[in-house]
Amino acid sequence: MGATMATRGPAPMTVGTRLRAVVAFYAVVYRRVWRGSVIGRFLNPLLVVLSIGFGLGSLVDHSSGGVGGHDYLHFVVPAIIATQAMSVALGESTYQVMGYIMWNKMYLAMLATPLSVTDVLAGHLLAVALHLVFASVLFVGVAACLGAFTSWWVILAVPAAVLTGLAFAIPIFGYTARLETDTGFNVLFRFVVTPLMLFSGTFFPVDQLSPFLRPIAWVTPLWHGVELCRDAAYGQVHGADLVHAGALLLFIGLGWVWARWSFTRRLVV
Amino acid sequence: MNDELLVRARGLRKEFGDFTAVDGIDVDVRRGEAFGFLGPNGAGKSSSMRMIGAVSPVSGGELRVFGLDPATDGASIRARLGVVPQTDNLDEELTVEENLRVYGRYFGLSGAVVAERARELLDFAQLTERATDRVEPLSGGMKRRLTIARSLINNPEALLLDEPTTGLDPQARHILWDRLFRLKRAGVTLIITTHYMDEAEQLCDRLVVMDKGRIVAEGSPRALIDEHSTREVLELRFDVDDHLGSAGDVDGIGQRVEVLPDRLLIYTDDGDVALDEVTARGVRPMSSLVRRSTLEDVFLHLTGRTLVD
Ligand SMILES: Nc1ncnc2c1ncn2[C@@H]1O[C@H](COP(=O)(O)OP(=O)(O)OP(=O)(O)O)[C@@H](O)[C@H]1O
Ligand SMILES: [Mg+2]
Repeated sequence: MGATMATRGPAPMTVGTRLRAVVAFYAVVYRRVWRGSVIGRFLNPLLVVLSIGFGLGSLVDHSSGGVGGHDYLHFVVPAIIATQAMSVALGESTYQVMGYIMWNKMYLAMLATPLSVTDVLAGHLLAVALHLVFASVLFVGVAACLGAFTSWWVILAVPAAVLTGLAFAIPIFGYTARLETDTGFNVLFRFVVTPLMLFSGTFFPVDQLSPFLRPIAWVTPLWHGVELCRDAAYGQVHGADLVHAGALLLFIGLGWVWARWSFTRRLVV
Repeated sequence: MNDELLVRARGLRKEFGDFTAVDGIDVDVRRGEAFGFLGPNGAGKSSSMRMIGAVSPVSGGELRVFGLDPATDGASIRARLGVVPQTDNLDEELTVEENLRVYGRYFGLSGAVVAERARELLDFAQLTERATDRVEPLSGGMKRRLTIARSLINNPEALLLDEPTTGLDPQARHILWDRLFRLKRAGVTLIITTHYMDEAEQLCDRLVVMDKGRIVAEGSPRALIDEHSTREVLELRFDVDDHLGSAGDVDGIGQRVEVLPDRLLIYTDDGDVALDEVTARGVRPMSSLVRRSTLEDVFLHLTGRTLVD
């Protein structure tokens, strides 16, 4: 009797079905806010290119003739593809994740179904990756129309930016799942994100940093992302970029292990 | 009644660090019955439900749901259950219908099947008119009905309801009970936790009374009352701050006297006779009431405490 009862019930779901089901939830959530999001994504590159690229750029170009033989506009905008990916990643992996854990307990609702912690985490990260693709394509497209790039290779900046975003999002998912209150985010923003913007070679090359500070850049995902995006935009993809991509993949891989451990500890009690 | 066991627990335990929330319980739930966990706050009802729902790992003992082990077959178990958690976890920014559709996908149901089921369930939950409204402004009773509708999207064989009506007004509770009766008639096994004895009496064929992680009694509501209480109860209130002092005045009347801060309860098979005896002794209570015994009295007798404080 027990055996017949145990074999009843629907067939197990494939990995694809499970991930699609989770992504479908974020698609519905996104459908509610897409208008505001698209407008923001258009305005953002426009303002960056106008203010930093043209505004600050004309000052820099006048006084020092650009950076390493490039106009400041062409130097800075590719880097901002990477920093934008970072900020999208932060937006998706901090308060959002905390909300799904603690406030409306969406993850617990998902875990009461056949979905596993891995499905819930991987599905959400897949949705974040799609958002990163969308945001990066829009940024590159708009900035390209404004003449911010010199090479078609800039298309490669899109996957580079997605990797950069995930290299932040995945470990931060893990970090957020360990928090009891949102004050932990202040630490993250004040001591990690803000300094990163300065040590990552976004606004000036890292060689300008004192030799003691330079290693900071090497261990941050942002610097690797910035270098990748910049090389792509210059059309000068070379061997070092493999190292940069490898560094981002390392953050993604280790981040995944940490995030999964942290999600399991938090959600399976 | 079918005697196929949907849930079988032996010595089931749940520990959180050094703290034991469920302390070795034995439970059998048969297909088609409405089974209750009755107990006060912190008794371990939700912890038990979450283990049965295959979302919370078992700390000790044995548990089988549909004959399967939650540790190894959690997904298969969850595919066949519906779960109504103690606090609603709807996405309040989404519409009523979106909440159902999204949830149906988690069970691998196709968009078309989910749309069809959602329509039926909105009707069942009396929410058809609110289908395209956001959840946030809905009343507590409506949200609860939506959570129940959502839990039915996969046509579950058993429904786990953790305090389905706590916090609802009486009318909303009655609507909900009515829906649950319909499900039961349709053959869905109901597993319910509650700290309301009237809910347990209304809904449950069989129940266990839990206290501090243990089962202190088990049976049908009627059998529990017959076994652990008298037919009637005489309640007396006196114009005093502490009723303990008045207990001596009624000593020996009825089978048993319980002292609560605000009243005395005299357990007896005939309340009116007991009241006559009280009056004959010249004792003058401020008010008196004769009523039938309830599960509340069973709980009070077994634990010395009231269910809801
Ligand atoms: N995740 C947890 N970590 C630590 N302690 C917990 C956890 N969950 C529950 N407990 C404790 O276990 C005990 C039993 O909790 P449980 O939620 O099972 O009780 P309950 O009978 O459902 O009570 P209530 O009527 O308040 O819902 C409580 O003392 C509670 O504080
Ligand atoms: Mg509870």
